[in-house]
Amino acid sequence: MAHFDENAKPFSHKWLNERLAVDTLKRVLSTEYWIPKNINFLWAMGMVLAATFGMLLISGIFLLMYYQPNTQLAFDSVNYTIMSEVGYGWLWRHIHGVGASVVFLIIYIHMFTGIYYGSYKRGRELIWLSGMLLFVAFSAEAFSGYMLPWGQMSYWAGMVITNLFSGGSLHATGLVEWIRGDYVPSQAFLNRFFMLHVLLIPLAIIGLIVFHFGTLRIPHVNNQDGEEFDFDAEAEKWKAGQKKESKVIPFNPVFLSKDVFVMGVYFILFFFLVFYNFEFAMDPVNFDPANPLKTPTHIYPEWYFLWSYEILRPFSTNIGLIAFAFAQVIFFALPFLDRSPNVAPASRRGPFKYWFWILLVDMLILTFMGKLPPVKPWGTIGYVAAVIFIILWIALPFITKSEKKL
Amino acid sequence: MADRRDFMGMALGAFTGLGALGALYAAKRTWDPLPSVKAAGFTTLDVSKAPEGVLITEMWRGKPIFVLKQTKEMVEKAKKKEISNAKGHKEIERLIKIGDSYFMITVGLCTHLGCIPGYRPETQDFLCACHGGMYDSTADVTKAPPPRGLDIPPYKIDGNKLVLGEEGPEYKKLVETGLTQRV
Ligand code: HEM
Ligand code: FES
Repeated sequence: MAHFDENAKPFSHKWLNERLAVDTLKRVLSTEYWIPKNINFLWAMGMVLAATFGMLLISGIFLLMYYQPNTQLAFDSVNYTIMSEVGYGWLWRHIHGVGASVVFLIIYIHMFTGIYYGSYKRGRELIWLSGMLLFVAFSAEAFSGYMLPWGQMSYWAGMVITNLFSGGSLHATGLVEWIRGDYVPSQAFLNRFFMLHVLLIPLAIIGLIVFHFGTLRIPHVNNQDGEEFDFDAEAEKWKAGQKKESKVIPFNPVFLSKDVFVMGVYFILFFFLVFYNFEFAMDPVNFDPANPLKTPTHIYPEWYFLWSYEILRPFSTNIGLIAFAFAQVIFFALPFLDRSPNVAPASRRGPFKYWFWILLVDMLILTFMGKLPPVKPWGTIGYVAAVIFIILWIALPFITKSEKKL
Repeated sequence: MADRRDFMGMALGAFTGLGALGALYAAKRTWDPLPSVKAAGFTTLDVSKAPEGVLITEMWRGKPIFVLKQTKEMVEKAKKKEISNAKGHKEIERLIKIGDSYFMITVGLCTHLGCIPGYRPETQDFLCACHGGMYDSTADVTKAPPPRGLDIPPYKIDGNKLVLGEEGPEYKKLVETGLTQRV
């Protein structure tokens, strides 16, 4: 039977401890969660992501107070009411727009850090997989949010992306109409994407973040050398006062202070963008209201989808769809396609080093080509880059299999 | 004891499974287009006053509908030119004959991913700006990525008028011979 001290003052430390085990919680979740010393600022990106999600959530709640999920009203509710009537409405919108764009930049940095240091294998497979689920959930969240202002880009992106589900020659128009709730994007479509954007997907994201953290607990984060050591033994050293000799530090307060420093630098940049350079996150074409009888001359997705869009575009419909589907799922398979036992930075892994840098540069090229109209020579460059992307992934198991054990 | 608990577990599992299936079906039906959306799917089109060689855009089910009354030259060309992915069929078969005139009547959404191709009067063809697809004056595809010509909406000829959304005998034949797809 639990023991309750009758003399403990209500809400005092002791009183809380007896009822909630606050000391144990704090110890397990933060002061005795161990982080290797040998890491750099790139390991702060996870907390930067969590903080950015917080910014999106808070700004989204305020936008929700005036936004109207109605095809007749949505455009004005955002571009007129929120932007010029609501006190500081522009602030929430700029934070939300900049946040949605920047969050993908950080996600890509976070992912490529993981790839570079091999942080997706030997016990860390689930971290990678849960991270990829987060990537998918954020993509869906950004797409559904993009529909909401009901501008020209909202409408036509909605048209083109839902059409992907007809599966080319499978001609599944029934499925497309089911997703839309109408023959074309319309009221039913706007309403259901509104529901997804403000409730279902954010809920899923929160759940996935918790899961992502859970998968980190046992393997712990990787380090700059991919060194494997006994966390319990190193933790004992720290607790015994051998702080210099120990290879680890506690998450709270030691590592968190470094995280907070990186976040501080990040938020200076973030708010610089919010106040002075927010245009990059607001496509001018989307400041025209949706018009079902006129397609904008160039339609392209937001920058963070450009690379996968460019893998779809240069091919004929069916091959394009297959290539696109491949690009969407192949990152999930990374822990299983990398056949080398080495957990080490790419620079020490022989051919994998080249694989990593070619992949990165190839995806940058795809991103730039995706923004340009599909004419020569851009179309051809995009085509070659798309083919290289696919070849890289097919080659990965062979390249890593021949890698020497370090 | 263990047997009884197993039984209860299985019974609970079975009922929960049934409930989940039911809920899934209800969810699916909630996402279906509403009956009112489905019922609004018919439009009558009067093309008798359409000028030759000028593209007119109407609307059906929220989609743009292209109407291009063919000029003499267009008809002559369509009689000779084969449909790009239907060997042995001439483009004229995809044109709709009302009275003595031929009309190209199609859904104005690219068969690739659904942008609206733009009509270019100088060259009498369509260019889709999204990914560079092209169509000729009968809306047959001339340049990929679109896999086929623009789709013909279900229609029924009613004197000088067309009822879009209803499948007349001419339309059914087009679908059966594979010259258009159901939209
Ligand atoms: C989880 C990450 C999120 C991402 C990546 C995201 C992304 C976006 C994007 C790209 C837009 C269009 C931006 C614009 O045109 O201004 C948007 C709009 C919107 N979002 Fe989010 N969002 C997120 C979370 C949320 C949450 C949690 C809520 C509310 C609970 C919310 C509520 C709204 C509303 C009401 C709009 C429409 C107003 C507007 O267009 O400015 N969002 N979102
Ligand atoms: S939508 Fe027309 S070419 Fe892609």
